[in-house]
Amino acid sequence: MIKHETIEKNTGLMAILIMIVISAGGLAEIVPLFFKDSTTKPIENMRTYTALELEGRDIYIREGCHVCHTQMIRPFRAETERYGHYSTANEHVWEHPFLWGSKRTGPDLARVGGRYSDDWQRAHLYNPRDVVPESIMPSYPWLFDNQMDGRLTARKMEVMRTLGVPYTDEQIAGARAEVEGRYEIDAIVAYLQALGRTHDNYTQTR
Amino acid sequence: MSAFWSAWVTVITLAVIFGCTWLLFATRRSQPHQELTEETVGHSFDGIEELDNPMPKWWFQMFVATVIFGLGYLLLYPGLGNFAGLLGWTSTKQWQEEMAYAEENYAPIFAQYASLSIDELQLSENAAGLRIGQRLYANNCSLCHGTAGTGAYGFPNLTNNDWLYGGDETAIKHSITQGRMGAMPGWLPVLGEEGIRDMTHYVLKLSGREHDAGSADRAEPQYQALCAACHMPDGTGMYALGAPNLTNDIWLYGGEFGQIAHTLRVGRSGVMPSFRHLLTDDQIHLITAYVTSLSRD
Repeated sequence: MIKHETIEKNTGLMAILIMIVISAGGLAEIVPLFFKDSTTKPIENMRTYTALELEGRDIYIREGCHVCHTQMIRPFRAETERYGHYSTANEHVWEHPFLWGSKRTGPDLARVGGRYSDDWQRAHLYNPRDVVPESIMPSYPWLFDNQMDGRLTARKMEVMRTLGVPYTDEQIAGARAEVEGRYEIDAIVAYLQALGRTHDNYTQTR
Repeated sequence: MSAFWSAWVTVITLAVIFGCTWLLFATRRSQPHQELTEETVGHSFDGIEELDNPMPKWWFQMFVATVIFGLGYLLLYPGLGNFAGLLGWTSTKQWQEEMAYAEENYAPIFAQYASLSIDELQLSENAAGLRIGQRLYANNCSLCHGTAGTGAYGFPNLTNNDWLYGGDETAIKHSITQGRMGAMPGWLPVLGEEGIRDMTHYVLKLSGREHDAGSADRAEPQYQALCAACHMPDGTGMYALGAPNLTNDIWLYGGEFGQIAHTLRVGRSGVMPSFRHLLTDDQIHLITAYVTSLSRD
């Protein structure tokens, strides 16, 4: 018969039992997701990010946009009314790492593409108060000064390819030319405008 | 989920629940004292000892309650592999119900104004409709056009009755539903720096401002050849292409000499996004009424 005392006084046994209990959660909740079509197969007709958009995505991560903005629309009317169709796992199959975020200081951006014009995005990133007086978002003026050389863009795309993103050889070959000489603001606006628009499965007319 | 993974989830989940239950009862049964006792578990640290009492009953019962709750939850809601739960609940279904409820309860609020014309909606008896339009405007339009509709650099002012694409009901609704895309090319390669300077004087002349007459005269033939197709020979602009009126001294991208010259050099392409996926026709009708009210007094 097992005694509480036995477990409490044998650190090794206790550690093993704790590991079994904790891994049970992961084994039941996480492991099956690696084998489900709805979480591993990309949504129909999804395109990959272009070289410029991919660089924009890296800038998005560098500036910590995901700390204040989510990319995850939950299936509640209050969210879908404002942001569009709720997010589904198969939209994020090529996201490495995914940028769902966990806190909204600003709005969700999962489908922000096309919501505002390029000009608005640029004005807003330069100084959010210029277009939204009550905004508390920081300004990002250096994006307008930093020019990109595209030296690592092709390499990044190759890494993405090893992770399962179907970049073609032509895309990778043309990556540097697409990025070189452009400013960071061009890249991040291109990325923002691509969010939610790499496929059109959810853009039904109301 | 395949049958294998369904079984995988089910077996692990139930094994954990029943395993914890077994552990709970097994350790309780092997407890040396089933009643309160003065005996200690045998260790003493700095004179602090631990009595070898059983776990309090209320605490034990709370453990049992969580197990019962867990099993009940798994019976009612999806959780055990492919078993859908007796309630048949899914997050998608809940969302659909929310949407259906909203459609049923809120759509009529917008619909009651659908049969009223834009003019009728300006009347004080329909002020509630206009207020709804104002709130929809605040949520969807104010980020670019400003909370008061006065616009900003690069974003049109909606209060001055100067319209790029027309200000009647059809034009405004088209702008909201389909969006708009301006397309003024940059003329530096064609005109050269000197030509740009001359043309800037001509544009200043069109709006009746101080200008260099010699420069403006030099630019006139070029204006008629290159610009008049969109901005019209007299500079009054064209709604069909969103070409601004150049004669009224209202400037989307600034009316200073340098600003006009910059526009001529690099071109402009102001974009109004389409809102047809975000707003219903009835909502767009109310926004149109509100936007119309901004330029009427």
